[in-house]
Amino acid sequence: MAVLENAVPVIEPEQDIEQLLEADRRKDLLRFSTAGSVDDGKSTLIGRMLYDSRSVYEDTVKSVTKDAAIDFALLTDGLRAEREQGITIDVAYRYFSTPRRKFIIADTPGHEQYTRNMATGASTADVAIVLVDARKGILDQTRRHASIAALLGIPVVIAAVNKMDLVGFSEEVFEQHRQSLQKLARQLEIPELIPVPVSALDGDNVVHSSSRTPWYDGPTLLELLETVPLAIEKSHAGFRLPVQRVIRPHQDFRGFAGQIAAGTIRPGDEVVALPSGVRTRVRSISTWDGDLQVARAPQSVTLTLEDEADISRGDMIAAVNAPPRKASRLEATLVWMQSKPLRPGATYLLKHTTQTVRARVVQIRSRLDVEHLQQIPADALDLNAIGTVVLETSRPLLADLYRENRSTGSFILIDPADHATAGAGMIRDIVEAAQRAHGHGALALIAIDNSALAAQLEEHLLDAGVLVVRTRLTER
Amino acid sequence: MGFTGEVVSPGAGFSGVAGFEHPPEKPELSAARLSHIQLLEAESIHIIREVAAEFQKPVMLYSIGKDSSVMLRLAQKAFHPGPIPFPLLHVDTGYKFREMLEFRDRYTAELGLKLIVWRNEQAIADGANPFALGTQRCCGLLKTQALLDGLKAHGFDAAFGGARRDEEKSRAKERIFSFRDAAGQWDPKNQRPELWNLFNGRIGPGESIRVFPLSNWTELDIWHYIHLEKIPIVPLYFAKERRMLVRGDSLIPIEQPFVKGLPGEEQWVKCRLRSLGCSPCTGAIRSDADTLPKIIAELMAMRNSERANRVIDHDQDGSMEIKKREGYF
Ligand SMILES: Nc1nc2c(ncn2[C@@H]2O[C@H](COP(=O)(O)OP(=O)(O)O)[C@@H](O)[C@H]2O)c(=O)[nH]1
Repeated sequence: MAVLENAVPVIEPEQDIEQLLEADRRKDLLRFSTAGSVDDGKSTLIGRMLYDSRSVYEDTVKSVTKDAAIDFALLTDGLRAEREQGITIDVAYRYFSTPRRKFIIADTPGHEQYTRNMATGASTADVAIVLVDARKGILDQTRRHASIAALLGIPVVIAAVNKMDLVGFSEEVFEQHRQSLQKLARQLEIPELIPVPVSALDGDNVVHSSSRTPWYDGPTLLELLETVPLAIEKSHAGFRLPVQRVIRPHQDFRGFAGQIAAGTIRPGDEVVALPSGVRTRVRSISTWDGDLQVARAPQSVTLTLEDEADISRGDMIAAVNAPPRKASRLEATLVWMQSKPLRPGATYLLKHTTQTVRARVVQIRSRLDVEHLQQIPADALDLNAIGTVVLETSRPLLADLYRENRSTGSFILIDPADHATAGAGMIRDIVEAAQRAHGHGALALIAIDNSALAAQLEEHLLDAGVLVVRTRLTER
Repeated sequence: MGFTGEVVSPGAGFSGVAGFEHPPEKPELSAARLSHIQLLEAESIHIIREVAAEFQKPVMLYSIGKDSSVMLRLAQKAFHPGPIPFPLLHVDTGYKFREMLEFRDRYTAELGLKLIVWRNEQAIADGANPFALGTQRCCGLLKTQALLDGLKAHGFDAAFGGARRDEEKSRAKERIFSFRDAAGQWDPKNQRPELWNLFNGRIGPGESIRVFPLSNWTELDIWHYIHLEKIPIVPLYFAKERRMLVRGDSLIPIEQPFVKGLPGEEQWVKCRLRSLGCSPCTGAIRSDADTLPKIIAELMAMRNSERANRVIDHDQDGSMEIKKREGYF
């Protein structure tokens, strides 16, 4: 436990509040997720960050202070209490801000059985913090946490090498971990992995630079969080507006409302309405606050167009020069989230942007063995499994690859029987309709009674560029 | 072979031990960066529109408080220039402050909104009050039961609520689409994972969801937004001299006949309310904050969690989670 050094935060009463609010309005919002194995010090770290950045309520600090020492872990640890009381273990969201930024923490439990919770927390995160115990280095769990961050497309992963006080703040120890982390990042294709030596308990390099790590002149954890760009600023996809709703209060106004999924839009820009393919221009970007001269992802806006176009919910308005692709057959990485396993041949509802279609599981390509980072064959995906599957949809999606754009590259699968959210998917590859249909004159009809065999054959045929239609000849 | 099927060069942006040889790249549109308030607003509007599109019969729970006021403004923005395509529902316990009811009627009429008021008339006629029943049972009857009955009577399948995750520990895990079974109950173990901005709005017969479009707003964000957007709020939030029962540190509003003071307890105090509930169970705080900037300054200085002033959360640790399971917001 650490000693209570600074009193509870209080602002100067004379401080000019309008000025403060002005500064507040300039802050953006960074979302990060945290994952660590039990006892790596995740709760302590978050508590320390909140406390040192003066983001905790006075009564909360009092309630976890004993003998003038704060138990930082208790400041935030809803999850621990839950573990003990057998209540819910889940993603817990926490909020704090510094003079530069606002933050949302998605605090997720680290154990394998909570893979789906980690994926949930990671799905919207700009940054992931992965905890590493300096005494132990990279464990199987570390690999799991890092690979989930990589899969969910988090552009920056910070490895907080914690408990440096217990290894005497040794540069060699940190250097060793740094090298293995670097190797892991390469294996996982994580664009940027930044190790930081910290002691959550004592506060070294969490918010304030530590004098006990003179060999480290990098930023503290909080300095990193304050400066990394938001994930959305890294997307290079063209303009996309999935239409949520048509707003038509009277004859003279017909607006298409939605949250911009990528890119920037201005009145006069040429756009295409999909799937109809009608080209037109943006007349106005209408909002309650008046018409805008420019809007960008992820703003929620309403567009009016120059020409009449038949557009409804589930359609997409996109940049003419860089439209999304039509995808009715796609390869995706799936995180499986329900206890009923995923099997080939099963049909689910698939929600992608604002449209929901039916999707059939054509094939399970492989399952990821997270501990060894290897793809292994699988004929089912169980709860918390991560796998690569091929899906076929009843109607084409207007999609991008997940790595090009998170919002138009992701989907969820919904169990049609009980409506549970069964899985979360990230589009890895799109088999374009045109590409699949390229010229083969012959037509073969093959009847197969074995769905696994059928899937295999279909796979080979598709690889050979043959158009395959699978149909059921008898009622089940 | 990597399992992502994509080729990124990991070497490029990798920072070495000295840390920051390669500082994160500057965003392209730095001048045009969206502020946190714009980001929160965009997210909330998206949520409100999704619900309006995917549910048969949504309703917005309107508590008359500051969070409801923000939620209502976001709904106006979501459908502008069209009207809000769902009604408001106010669950009236019979113990709301007079100023709240006046504000409610005036403001909703001004905006031309459809307002439904629902009361548990039987319990009110039976004289249910927190002193006789305890706060748990009183809330159970006048709030939770009334809410469930009101939703059921009208057949609403989605109800917007203004709760925020930063309000209270058990709310930190709350979903944005919070699923309720046919009895209106919340099963914390059986909530749907929520990824990206994709919400699963599928429900079976009799089932419903509660939706929390303000989940990611903090108390400061709410006040800041009210200030920025000039959103009207109930005057009880602003400090002025009010007649109060002063008992220890507590300031108890005198609105109901059964709230009786001991001699000398009744005093004029400059005070305000931080959150609006039922008058017998909502304490006021001593304050000079009679403008929004002063309220915000006070909030920044004070840093007591908001619901500490609400009597109801004190009676039992984790009482919020229990209430939520039963159907309370
Ligand atoms: N010496 C030392 N102990 C730490 C540090 N961080 C956390 N701990 C201790 O490690 C234990 C587990 O920490 P906790 O935050 O509860 O771990 P969690 O399970 O990952 O949330 C507690 O006893 C902490 O006091 C650190 O930097 N140095």
